[in-house]
Amino acid sequence: MSSYEIPAVVRDATSKPTASGLKAHLSTRWISGLTLIALLAIWWAVTASGLIEPLFLPSPSAVLEKGWLLATRGYMDSTLWQHLAASLERIGLGLLFAVLTAVPVGIAIGANRIARGVLDPLIEFYRPIPPLAYLPLIVIWCGIGELSKVLLIYLAIFAPIAIATATGVRTVDRAKLRAAQSLGATRAQLIRHVIVPSALPDILTGIRIGLGVGWSTLVAAELIAATSGLGFMVQSAAQFLVTDVVVLGILVIALIAFAMEMGLRALQRKLVPWHGQPH
Amino acid sequence: MALLQLERISAQYPGATEPVLADISLTLGPKQLLVALGPSGSGKTSLLNLIAGFVEPSAGQITLDGTPVKGPGAERGVVFQDDALLPWQDVLANVGFGLELAGVAKQTREARAREMLALVDLAGFEQRRVWQLSGGQKQRVGLARALAADPRVLLMDEPFGALDAFTREQMQELLLQVWQRTAKPVFLITHDIEEAVFLATDLILLAPDPGQIVERLSLDFGQRYGAGESARSIKSDPRFIETREHVLAKVFSQRSATRPQERA
Repeated sequence: MSSYEIPAVVRDATSKPTASGLKAHLSTRWISGLTLIALLAIWWAVTASGLIEPLFLPSPSAVLEKGWLLATRGYMDSTLWQHLAASLERIGLGLLFAVLTAVPVGIAIGANRIARGVLDPLIEFYRPIPPLAYLPLIVIWCGIGELSKVLLIYLAIFAPIAIATATGVRTVDRAKLRAAQSLGATRAQLIRHVIVPSALPDILTGIRIGLGVGWSTLVAAELIAATSGLGFMVQSAAQFLVTDVVVLGILVIALIAFAMEMGLRALQRKLVPWHGQPH
Repeated sequence: MALLQLERISAQYPGATEPVLADISLTLGPKQLLVALGPSGSGKTSLLNLIAGFVEPSAGQITLDGTPVKGPGAERGVVFQDDALLPWQDVLANVGFGLELAGVAKQTREARAREMLALVDLAGFEQRRVWQLSGGQKQRVGLARALAADPRVLLMDEPFGALDAFTREQMQELLLQVWQRTAKPVFLITHDIEEAVFLATDLILLAPDPGQIVERLSLDFGQRYGAGESARSIKSDPRFIETREHVLAKVFSQRSATRPQERA
């Protein structure tokens, strides 16, 4: 046996794709970074040259300055942090209640025929409706206080989590279920030890989608009826043509959404490291 | 004295016109390693699923220690073809999973799991994640997991079918060693003729349309391995080759008898 040559061949075969994979990874990041820098440069150029009036698009430095002012002194009786906190509190509450209820509902839909018959059409009926379309009804029922906003976000987040959970439960590997059954698992033990962990990657994907939907819904809801929050800040600034606050608000909204998405991806990698592994 | 007994078992999938298994009777006693060998469609997986309790027979009765089998249960341990391990747990927790379900205290079940891992030559792999294991290692963990729950019989569903030829040979020898040490009755299904002849103390040959037993053999090659003879020496023994060819001829004669149109 030519045991001398094999390791060399193997090393060659494995090291090459890794190197090129790393290169491709870096260059993609570079492209993204350069795109961002180019956009900022164009923004700066068109505003500095006076091509676009500050009323329509303030310069990057003006927006930054305004950001400092907002963070320290505030806008419409609240600082940027207070607006941000108001928005985050709403989405946090909505998300918390949605996870607490949608996951059990999704498990029930996925694992029980009767629950599927009852709940599946209900969710599929309201899910396609844009949340802003039923916001007026919620306002009539619950007023314009915090409750209606949290309820709206809750409803927006609930459906994607419940549907993703049900899908995860329905696609549990039958061999794993049978393995647990032949080790003596009861129905409750099957759910706890096999079904829920199996569905966890799907549940987390549902939360990611739900959080995205919820965040856009929240900001839109604050545009309509609120006295605080990032959406409200942008909307009221627009009414007084304070464009730098509008731009700043939009950037903060985008940054928060991006941070939440990245955070959830990191959480997914940490909680379900086996996802995507050949097991 | 039979431990596991199948009396005139038939099975049919819902909606199907032809049964997958017809009139199967067999027994599995202590110190037996019963291998069901057959081509695809001969109903061998269905037979195992019936014994495991995953599906119910349409006729006949299965008893274990005289008690009718109803649904899956811990007294019939199963090793699956595609390991069916839980990737969110490490190897030790996977092996101790059956004991955890039974409410055994953590220390006791971990000690037992370590013992079983040592039995399948995987000592030192306790903290590994499932996806870090090779195919053969996963099957060893699957075997250790089934044994840790101390079942009355061990059912093996083509356990080495997805492994490469070299690993399969090693696993066959490992199985014989484990079987001798634990003295568990084993029911194993396979489509690999050499594997069947090598492992079995008792071999049943299944033929399709509908699944039925067409041959029963008592063999001693596994025992010879247990007595110290090497696997290669057994498998190259003229008597082994003769048995293997006899079984092979039987499979083909059954095929041409039941499906003449497929001969051309």
